Amino acid sequence: MRNLIQLIIRHHFLLLFLLLESLSFFLLIHYNHFQRASFTGFTSSVEGYLYDKFGGVRDYFNLRKVNEDLAKENTLLRNQLDRLQLLDYRSQENDVAPPDSTRQYVFSQARVLNNSVNKEFNFITIDRGSLQNIKPEMAVTSPEGVVGIVFSVSRHFSVIMPLLNRNLRLSAKIRKNNYFGSLTWPGESTEEAILTDIPYHVKLDIGDTIVTSGYSAIFPEGLFVGTISGFDRLQGNFYQIKVKLAVDFRNLEYVYLIENLLRDEQVTLEENQYND
Amino acid sequence: MIRLLSRNIICFVVVILIQVLLLNNIQISNLINPYFYVLFILLLPFETPGWLLLCASFILGLTVDLFMNTPGMHSVSCVAMAFLRPPLLAAIAPRDGYDAGTYPRLSYYGFEWFLKYTVILVLVHHLLLFYIEVFRFSEFFSTFIKVIFSSLISIVLIIISQYFIFRK
Repeated sequence: MRNLIQLIIRHHFLLLFLLLESLSFFLLIHYNHFQRASFTGFTSSVEGYLYDKFGGVRDYFNLRKVNEDLAKENTLLRNQLDRLQLLDYRSQENDVAPPDSTRQYVFSQARVLNNSVNKEFNFITIDRGSLQNIKPEMAVTSPEGVVGIVFSVSRHFSVIMPLLNRNLRLSAKIRKNNYFGSLTWPGESTEEAILTDIPYHVKLDIGDTIVTSGYSAIFPEGLFVGTISGFDRLQGNFYQIKVKLAVDFRNLEYVYLIENLLRDEQVTLEENQYND
Repeated sequence: MIRLLSRNIICFVVVILIQVLLLNNIQISNLINPYFYVLFILLLPFETPGWLLLCASFILGLTVDLFMNTPGMHSVSCVAMAFLRPPLLAAIAPRDGYDAGTYPRLSYYGFEWFLKYTVILVLVHHLLLFYIEVFRFSEFFSTFIKVIFSSLISIVLIIISQYFIFRK
């Protein structure tokens, strides 16, 4: 306290100067219209600038939350869309839907926790498991296109076998003419897969769209897989088509899981047929 | 002491009256608004304590502000000017310092010393005053010309006053 008083006494000239100048400035700003207008104009522009910058930073930190919300909303909309499509389809066929299955596909979203792209057998881990009704062999997509298939499930996590895994075979077709083949990954580039089993007489163009065929009872029909980036004729009567994958597996963050409610029914029926 | 005080109070009143009644009513040109009243701050005795110097300058500025209806504008400039007065006096002191019983006037320390002293402080005061008046830098040069012309007239008036009123 004594030091403070000594300090004040020692610097009283400077302090008094500052005090009187602040008082004068206060009077100046408070009682002069023009100066007040420019002063408030200046402070509010500074304020606006600061709020703008801070808001930008805050928005950036909120992005993850925003993404999550958007993913949730997308899931909801996809579920509604699927329900509507099915209703539409059933009403066209003049068919009465069975009361327990008014819909075929259920969508839910998950966040990618772990991901690899540089191995021959890559896997993706997501933050949903059996507690959230995730089952093996569910389809996985991202907003860009097909990602893979649920491979194994624990209580809280699931492992996905993505397209970038040499064990995965996806039934895919060319959208413009519906010829279907089998999509595999040769284990080279993360952007390219190979579509085989397309007969040689089919007309192809670079840039044609490849979508899922829906024959596997895992994926709904018509999900985007990628586009044709090149093709050669293999010995025999089949093409080997290079497909540029739609999904960039290196920056995957949110995925959708698609459950086919009618899959068991289809699989059981098919097994009975083919085992005969 | 009482004499010194009363003399300064009279000086205070006189410079304010000259400023308010005379100079503020003379519109020579838009460029020239001399502010002669700072003479009071220039002429305060050497021994004036700092706090009194600042307070007196503040009151002087505020009084002019009250007459001109511009609260704060002149007091900001006057207080700043008073703040610079002691260091300036120290900087331009004659070799053997200021003699006791003398005042900062032309008749004691000569024309050259008084001119330096006046020019610097008047320029500080006018620069602050005119830039605060326009309160923006977009008209920097036109304001600067105003500062130069007005300072010139103020300095001339102050020097003339030294020859006519404050003789030895």
